[in-house]
Amino acid sequence: MNSDRDHYNNTNNTSGTKSDLKHSTHYGSEPSDADHVSGEAPGTPSSSLKPASGDGSMPSTSSPSKLSRGVAELVPTFEKRIAVEITNKFGQIVQVIFIKPLRIKIAVEPSNIVEVATFLRDDLGFDHAESVAGTDYPKDNQIEVIYHLGSYSKVELTGHVLSLTTRTNRDDASLPSLISVYKSVEYHERETFEMLGVYFEGHPRNERFLLPEDWADIPPLRKEFKIKGR
Amino acid sequence: MANLEDQINESQKAGLEIVKESDEDRLMTLSVGPQHPGSGHFRFTVKVDGDYIVHCDPDPGYVHRGEEKMTEYRNFIQNIPHLERPVIHDSNNITYSYSLAVEELTGIEVPRRGQFIRAIASELNRQVYTLYWLAIYGIFLGHSTMFMWPTGDRELFIDLLEALTGARVTHAFNIPGGVRNDVPNGFKDRCLRQIAYYEKRLKEYEDIFYNNPLVRQRTEGIGILSKEDAIRLGVTGSVLRASGVPYDIRKVEPYDVYNEIDFNVQYMKGCDSFSRAYVPFLDMKESCHIIRQLLDKMPASGEVRAKLQSNPRGPPGEAYRRVESGRGALGYYIISDGSPKPYRVKISVGSFRNMLALPHLLVGAKMGDMPVIYWALNYWPVEADR
Repeated sequence: MNSDRDHYNNTNNTSGTKSDLKHSTHYGSEPSDADHVSGEAPGTPSSSLKPASGDGSMPSTSSPSKLSRGVAELVPTFEKRIAVEITNKFGQIVQVIFIKPLRIKIAVEPSNIVEVATFLRDDLGFDHAESVAGTDYPKDNQIEVIYHLGSYSKVELTGHVLSLTTRTNRDDASLPSLISVYKSVEYHERETFEMLGVYFEGHPRNERFLLPEDWADIPPLRKEFKIKGR
Repeated sequence: MANLEDQINESQKAGLEIVKESDEDRLMTLSVGPQHPGSGHFRFTVKVDGDYIVHCDPDPGYVHRGEEKMTEYRNFIQNIPHLERPVIHDSNNITYSYSLAVEELTGIEVPRRGQFIRAIASELNRQVYTLYWLAIYGIFLGHSTMFMWPTGDRELFIDLLEALTGARVTHAFNIPGGVRNDVPNGFKDRCLRQIAYYEKRLKEYEDIFYNNPLVRQRTEGIGILSKEDAIRLGVTGSVLRASGVPYDIRKVEPYDVYNEIDFNVQYMKGCDSFSRAYVPFLDMKESCHIIRQLLDKMPASGEVRAKLQSNPRGPPGEAYRRVESGRGALGYYIISDGSPKPYRVKISVGSFRNMLALPHLLVGAKMGDMPVIYWALNYWPVEADR
């Protein structure tokens, strides 16, 4: 496994990386996106959380047909109710990024994430994390970490995935760990630490996991890390 | 023989220091893998106290390929052949959720016949994977017949998939918008014939392996993962269903045509290694019914894939789509910035999630039970490392 390193080189080209997001913040603000409820940049309060008119007549269950994206105009009432429940509890702390059938994405500040996650687990029933993914946004000088939360124990939530996101500064990337709330994030957070260099405070092992033992390069999923020859 | 006190007195007369044995001295650290035949390409260290494991620390990464980084350099179509490499035995499932996510991002609609064909291909692939896993489980329990039979019957499905896709294991068959090619002539009859034969074989598997008193003795009650722990650790697939949680992505979030298929989620309440070994077997049985229904309901003609533009792309956005693979939920989280290449791809695989159960189950178990517990986790190191 040590030879893996030879395939990579270390070009510290921070500026002018070729993948730049069109929208400097959350991209859910496309006008064509009928589902999204809030297009503000993270950190700004969300006030547009009122249910769209006429959604009361829609079926509240998450029927499979809604998954075919041709019917995205259907207002996912059940998902909206969950989002309203969250915003009722936390107000402007939580910002709803989008509501799609079976998918909700919310953003919080790092300082509130443990509190919000505890509420999601204890009151709403999202009992495990499916994955934790970090994304590097060099243009914003930020790294976004997204927790995909699911539920095994609540029948009506089993198909749903709630994405809990937060952002941290890229130069001094550090976030509170959710391991005290979700044991299932243990390896995912450790992977995010080594792949993106996000330090998780409270995680017992911010250590190498998948990379070679003698890895002495920058975290490979940062955008300035380039694969040799590409 | 002089008693202990005399020995101590003599040592003290000679001016020697008395060092008592500490708890740490009793423990021995063993490295299992990555070359060990009992672990695949995976290493974990265990500390044993006599015959009992008191500590376990997984150390994956020996087959880490950087799949997620590689995707950022290729466009949505070019990514398919390398994304199936983590599980070549289940390649139709690992590219399935990728295709679903890309379709959501780009707005591609899949023709109905294409949806059926890729569901059939993924069910056939589930059989291939599970038979491979069963063969390994058999040999590590010392049951060499259970190694020979599944590897032999696996050829049936490999031949079917070869006729369907043109390749034996790495198919690259699913693409955003459908499948690469239509089914060959006479595929349905051939498929039904082989399934009929295979179902007879499954009965024999049950008799020789699952009803074997020795296999039962070695697996029943070993490695108990309670329902609460299974949920807390976030395990998935057969490991979760063996702990009494009837959770199957095909049921809770039906993709493509699965909402038209009548099937039951297979689960058990045993919570032990036997249940974890038996649930995949039940899945294989149920999968035969699913394949029959899919073949029945498939439209006789029609397009199998949507016409794609040369470099498919969609508006900036993100998608998280999942399928039920042989090892549980397999999700792709894809962020697109509007270009033909993904901005970020995260593969959430069942093996990586089930790895968390390994230290939980091994601590307190006997060293001899290690292969029984480890292989029942349906763990595929290459998939976990990506």
